[in-house]
Amino acid sequence: MDGVLQARQLQVCRGPCAVLENVELTLPAGQVLGVLGANGAGKSSLLAALSGELEPTQGQVLLQGRPLRAWSARERALQLAVLPQSSTLNFAFSVEAVVAFGGLPHSEARQQTEQRVAAALQAADAVHLRGRNYLELSGGERQRVHLARVLAQLWPGQPGQVLLLDEPTAMLDPAHQHGILQAVRQLAGRGVAVLVVLHDLNLAARYCDHLLLLHQRHVHAQGSPAQVLEASLLEQVFGLPVLVQRHPLLDHPLVLIR
Amino acid sequence: MAFSLAPRYVFMLLAGLLLASFWLSLALGPLSLPLLDSLQALLRLCGVPLDGAGLQQAELIVAQIRLPRSVLGMCVGALLALSGVIMQGLFRNPLADPGLIGVSSGAALGAALVIVCGSLLGLAGLPDWLQSSALALAAFAGGSLVTLLVYRLGQRDGRTHVASMLLAGIALTALAGALVGLFSYLADEQQLRSLVFWNMGSLNTASYARVWPLLLIGLLALAWLPRRAAALNVLLLGEAEARHLGFRVERLKAELVLATALAVGASVAAVGMVGFVGLVVPHLMRLLLGPDHRLLLPAAALAGASLLLLADLAARLLLAPAELPLGIVTALIGAPFFLYLLSRGRY
Repeated sequence: MDGVLQARQLQVCRGPCAVLENVELTLPAGQVLGVLGANGAGKSSLLAALSGELEPTQGQVLLQGRPLRAWSARERALQLAVLPQSSTLNFAFSVEAVVAFGGLPHSEARQQTEQRVAAALQAADAVHLRGRNYLELSGGERQRVHLARVLAQLWPGQPGQVLLLDEPTAMLDPAHQHGILQAVRQLAGRGVAVLVVLHDLNLAARYCDHLLLLHQRHVHAQGSPAQVLEASLLEQVFGLPVLVQRHPLLDHPLVLIR
Repeated sequence: MAFSLAPRYVFMLLAGLLLASFWLSLALGPLSLPLLDSLQALLRLCGVPLDGAGLQQAELIVAQIRLPRSVLGMCVGALLALSGVIMQGLFRNPLADPGLIGVSSGAALGAALVIVCGSLLGLAGLPDWLQSSALALAAFAGGSLVTLLVYRLGQRDGRTHVASMLLAGIALTALAGALVGLFSYLADEQQLRSLVFWNMGSLNTASYARVWPLLLIGLLALAWLPRRAAALNVLLLGEAEARHLGFRVERLKAELVLATALAVGASVAAVGMVGFVGLVVPHLMRLLLGPDHRLLLPAAALAGASLLLLADLAARLLLAPAELPLGIVTALIGAPFFLYLLSRGRY
């Protein structure tokens, strides 16, 4: 199947040093791709290159078959949304106002934006934050508000769209980690292609269709969770002795540290 | 968000405040006119046929002195406040000030150059009005040049880094300050006095010739800025986020810097240095209305215009018939207010 988002022979540099080399990647519609790797393996740089923030020094990124740079800013925002690791909003916007930023690329009537915001808050399990001042929220709550913002940007979701998430679960409690990834899966169910950077191997096993393991700037392994979450591969990449079993109820791989 | 007053009422209050300040500014001064007379004089100027004892004198004072001064004050106040909003948005920092990108210090350098070296440059032979225009033009050019330099120094790999711009602004401000100091050292008594007064700002050189450029820039700003309100909002999220939401951030930053250079440069060129309006007014409006630029921009324009008119009234009346420099009054109002904000932790 053709990918909605494709990276070909991607090389990315920050300063003089290459931080990613020779990355091949295909993101099909409706699927969730998890990106795994140790700190500094190049996960965030991959995301930056795929979102157009970092210009690749070699190779190219194709969105719906068209080079990313050939898209106008507005058109691209209708197809591609990005959730950064953390945001630095320092001004006292209300939660709805922050989520409503996601509706801006659509240039629609206020009423439609309100519906968009309501649906996105619902999906990100942040309805109860409505009316709160963003600055008074905890780190995890802020992260959910930003998730609602990017969900609003693509809402209701259709084939051809792409969502890139950089460690969306980093600041969340276990219940919300699952809640957010379920919301992301729902969006994928409507055809959106999702790429998510994760640190928790078991969350990745449970919610991703495919996994990509980055190691020292290269793609070390790529495939189904069962193929990638393999003891020897994980030991090479993370330097930890692990035991891989099957989840007794859901039958996905379960990674235990020995 | 629990802002205590609905935006509608805030705007009604601000509009009322501006009308009242404008009216007072037409009436009061070393030679105060009755409030009603000043209003009638203004109406006569607008072509309404009114007759009354003493109205001719009132009309003369309003037309020749008070009206250009008041309109100039409104324009300068509104433009400085709008520039403050823009800078705080661009730097994503509520403590930013239009002076950060070097426009004020560059203007001061331009002015010092003309004041001190004017005779060397052959300006002394020119008539008075040309000399004062040369001063304004040099201030405007100085401000624009330094801002352009700051903007260029902030560029890396085709992108503008606002943090580098900030640092370049600090360095160039220090450099311009040193050069102004050098000119002050070389200046004679008379020149030194002009320099000092220019640095404290005043509306007492107001004339229609000074008003028109500012009125034009003010109207341009009012027509253009509201179209950038949404972009300024999103910029507060971060530049990458704004790009992901479909905004052309590099172009936006260039436009914002250009707008600030134009607005502050023209204001400073017309009236000299007037501090704190660009810092305090956006702040106060943000406390009243929240950070949404769709409300913040028009509110800051209204409040800035009122604040400058009121400060100028104080400057005219406190030591009448002598006149205090405007920059002193705005700093006297602005600095304690700023400290109050800091102490409350509401910045």
